[in-house]
Amino acid sequence: MSTVLTAIIVLFLLAAVFGIVLGYASVRFKVEGNPIVDQIDAILPQTQCGQCGYPGCRPYAEAIAGGDAINKCPPGGQSTIDALADLLDVEAVPLDAEHGEEKPRSVAYIREDECIGCTKCIQACPVDAILGAAKQMHTVITSECTGCDLCVEPCPVDCIDMIPIETTPNTWKWPEPPSPMQLIATDRGRGLSASEAH
Amino acid sequence: MSKVFAFHGGIHPPENKKQSTRAPISKAPVPDKLVLPMQQHIGGPSLPLVKVGDTVLKGQMIAEPISRISASIHAPTSGKVVDIAEYPIPHASGLSAECIVIEADGEDRWIEHQGLGDYKQLKRTDLIEHIRASGIAGMGGAGFPTDVKLHLSEDHIVNTLIINAAECEPYITADDMLMRERAHEVLGGIEIIAHILRPSHVLIGIEDNKPNAIHALEAVLKHTDLNIDIVVVPTKYPSGGERQLIKLLTDIEVPSGRIPADIGIVCQNVGTTAAIYRAVHFGEPLISRIVTVTGDAVRHPKNLEALIGTPFSTLLEACDVRPEALSKLVMGGPMMGVTVENDQIPLIKTTNCLIAATEHEMPAAPPTQACIRCGMCEQACPAELLPQQLYWFAKGREFEKAKHHNLFDCIECGACAYVCPSSIPLVQYYRFAKSEIRTEERDQQKADHARQRFEARQARLEQEAAEKEARRKARAAEAAKAQSQKTAVQSSEAAAPETAAPDAKQLKTAAAVARTKLKKAQKAYDEAAALNADNLAELEAALNEARSKADEAEKALASSASSGSEGGDDQSKQLKIAAAVARTKLKKAQDALKNAEDKGLDGVDKLRATVATLEQKANEAQQAYEKAEASGTDKAPVEVDIKALKQQVSIMRTKLKKAESAIDNCEDEADKTRLGQEVEELKKRFEQATAQFDKAEQVLVERAAQAGIDLKQLRIDAAMARAAVTKGERSLSKAESDEERSQIEQDLVAARSKAEALNQTLSQYE
Repeated sequence: MSTVLTAIIVLFLLAAVFGIVLGYASVRFKVEGNPIVDQIDAILPQTQCGQCGYPGCRPYAEAIAGGDAINKCPPGGQSTIDALADLLDVEAVPLDAEHGEEKPRSVAYIREDECIGCTKCIQACPVDAILGAAKQMHTVITSECTGCDLCVEPCPVDCIDMIPIETTPNTWKWPEPPSPMQLIATDRGRGLSASEAH
Repeated sequence: MSKVFAFHGGIHPPENKKQSTRAPISKAPVPDKLVLPMQQHIGGPSLPLVKVGDTVLKGQMIAEPISRISASIHAPTSGKVVDIAEYPIPHASGLSAECIVIEADGEDRWIEHQGLGDYKQLKRTDLIEHIRASGIAGMGGAGFPTDVKLHLSEDHIVNTLIINAAECEPYITADDMLMRERAHEVLGGIEIIAHILRPSHVLIGIEDNKPNAIHALEAVLKHTDLNIDIVVVPTKYPSGGERQLIKLLTDIEVPSGRIPADIGIVCQNVGTTAAIYRAVHFGEPLISRIVTVTGDAVRHPKNLEALIGTPFSTLLEACDVRPEALSKLVMGGPMMGVTVENDQIPLIKTTNCLIAATEHEMPAAPPTQACIRCGMCEQACPAELLPQQLYWFAKGREFEKAKHHNLFDCIECGACAYVCPSSIPLVQYYRFAKSEIRTEERDQQKADHARQRFEARQARLEQEAAEKEARRKARAAEAAKAQSQKTAVQSSEAAAPETAAPDAKQLKTAAAVARTKLKKAQKAYDEAAALNADNLAELEAALNEARSKADEAEKALASSASSGSEGGDDQSKQLKIAAAVARTKLKKAQDALKNAEDKGLDGVDKLRATVATLEQKANEAQQAYEKAEASGTDKAPVEVDIKALKQQVSIMRTKLKKAESAIDNCEDEADKTRLGQEVEELKKRFEQATAQFDKAEQVLVERAAQAGIDLKQLRIDAAMARAAVTKGERSLSKAESDEERSQIEQDLVAARSKAEALNQTLSQYE
């Protein structure tokens, strides 16, 4: 009888000790916020363009963490979708055309002769990349512009153009080598017909 | 003799060096035009110091370094700067970049220059500064600014100086010929570098396929007291790679991601040492280099000492090229060089070889086959990587894994691709993967930067909103406090006399109250009169009192209004109101009079008098208003803001355009009709705005016409003058001959002054 009692007491004590340890750890090492949101946010291109339907990249990251689709980011394009799919271990899907299409990187350019100095674009710019004051001509700080094109819509005189960034020898990329050709002619159709048969 | 060690891998491709070593180094002809790219080195591009049209002398600095890792550029010959623009540069991309174009005058006049004399007396930093000012960058192929490497002794202990004379790539013999013919220059350069870096010993690594160069070096080494060893290494590609040569000579491996200086070693190319020698002893900056021109498509392959900026076509002609046989022009060696399409591309500081290959010599790459995992690439890799794995990762775009397999330690030597039995272009895959990773990193950096800015902006906006809210709350609290105080004061001193200077509002209220009282009194009196009541006299007294009070209040209001009104506009408005009020009063009084007359009451006379005074008052008010209006009219039309109108017109135009395009995009019929209506509306508004604008403009035109100038004509003239200026500028950039250019320039100046004058006149009237 005493052995049974001892066992019960020992187990109870163990449970109490572990309970205390775990309780302390949950308070002491509490994680603020959702860490996955930070990881998702780091992958998103930070144009803050809102094309995904959320007001900025971080809200979209939170939405993805909450289970939203990963293919709503046109500026990031397929590479961002792939990276997100990798991180979240879900299937990479093509970009949702509803939210726009992947365009080459561009910067905003204000045709300064036509600018009337209304400051509407300055208020729209999410990264403070437009310089100017009321009734003064505005200009874009090219190095800070993310190419989100949020300034184009508010302009009352349509004087903002999105100019694709030109490739310079420093930003030029080596092309991917062409994939090897199929040497054996009969190889080509086989996989196809097999997949069609199923 | 030092011991020679071995590095992993390596290959033995056909050397093809004999062709170009038969003839001595000869001078390449000076071309008519030299094109000098602003980026010939690793690091930031140089910043041009000259303008188009400047005359430069040979050796004059024409571009200065923009940052620490950058190099200056000098004019290779005397002449005139004819253009600073984008030209094709020797780069794998075939893209264009900023270049300075110098038209040679044929005199080849040097700028005043002289050597440093006894350089050992100078401070080392001054000596390095002199080398930096001479624009010397590594001439082995990478083009790292030499002065940066010479500064290494400041924060590193340099034990060993290695002079890279291996020149392992097939075809290239520029360093070989330099050592054969100018061994004393090489030695002189080594002495200068050794003086700066103070290594304990100097090693010259040279492949055993250059016996003549070895002899020449040994001959000059007898005259030096420096601790210099010539280490002859077996011929194997790529023994000239920096890390491979260090392994060969010292058996030390440079750790991944570190530089040789971290293990006490600095490497310099022989070509660079000769350039340093010339810079220090003669004050000659780096304006020429030795380049091997070879390949089966040239009849006389040899080494040329050519000016930097010489187009490849000049070099090929100097070696008697056979254009019909030329199938591929390669810049650099056959293993690591790049094919160039355009023979107008200029020679730069790092161009050591030019191969004009025939079809037979460099046939098109055989078709790529599947990787059979034979592992030969691994055995050939001098960096001890796993080329096969890297290939799969690059192909599958698994760049992260490729990075973990040390992709960035790959020196792109091409040994793996050379041995691959499946002819897979492995190096192309590595280059592709590297540039993809670099781009991703750049994008990531940009994204992080954008996030920072976005978050800073959000924080600022939130703070602003919070401040606004706080201010609003403070104001509300203050208002509540004031209100409570006011009520307290009013309740305690309800019967307090009015303040000495009541404001207009209060006066107005008082006047209104007085008027109401008057009306009431009048009504009571009328009623009483109608009923013939006996307290008529009492009522009349009350009425009189009320009337006098009302008059007083009215007077006070009028006086305060006349003194308090500010703008002319305000005043005229008030006057107008006053006139209207006076008219209404008059009418009422007249009605009352009529009523009284009808009833035959005895207050009629009084009323008649009142009507008369009111009539007079109304007339006065009307006159005052008209006067004020008249004084304002001559200003009014001028006040119209033509700019604002113009803006409005353009806004309306944009809106209309947007709406129209929306219609075009719209498919639904109902939407279309709705949008059509909207467009109609917008059109109407647009027309209105335009009409307003036209009207305002008409006024301007009339004013201008009064001054004897036709505004429309003036505007057309100004626009035409502006167009003429633009046209002139455009044709100037296209002009070819000097005469034509100067003619156009003259025209342009005239056109500009005319346009300016017209613009000024125009701005006077607008």
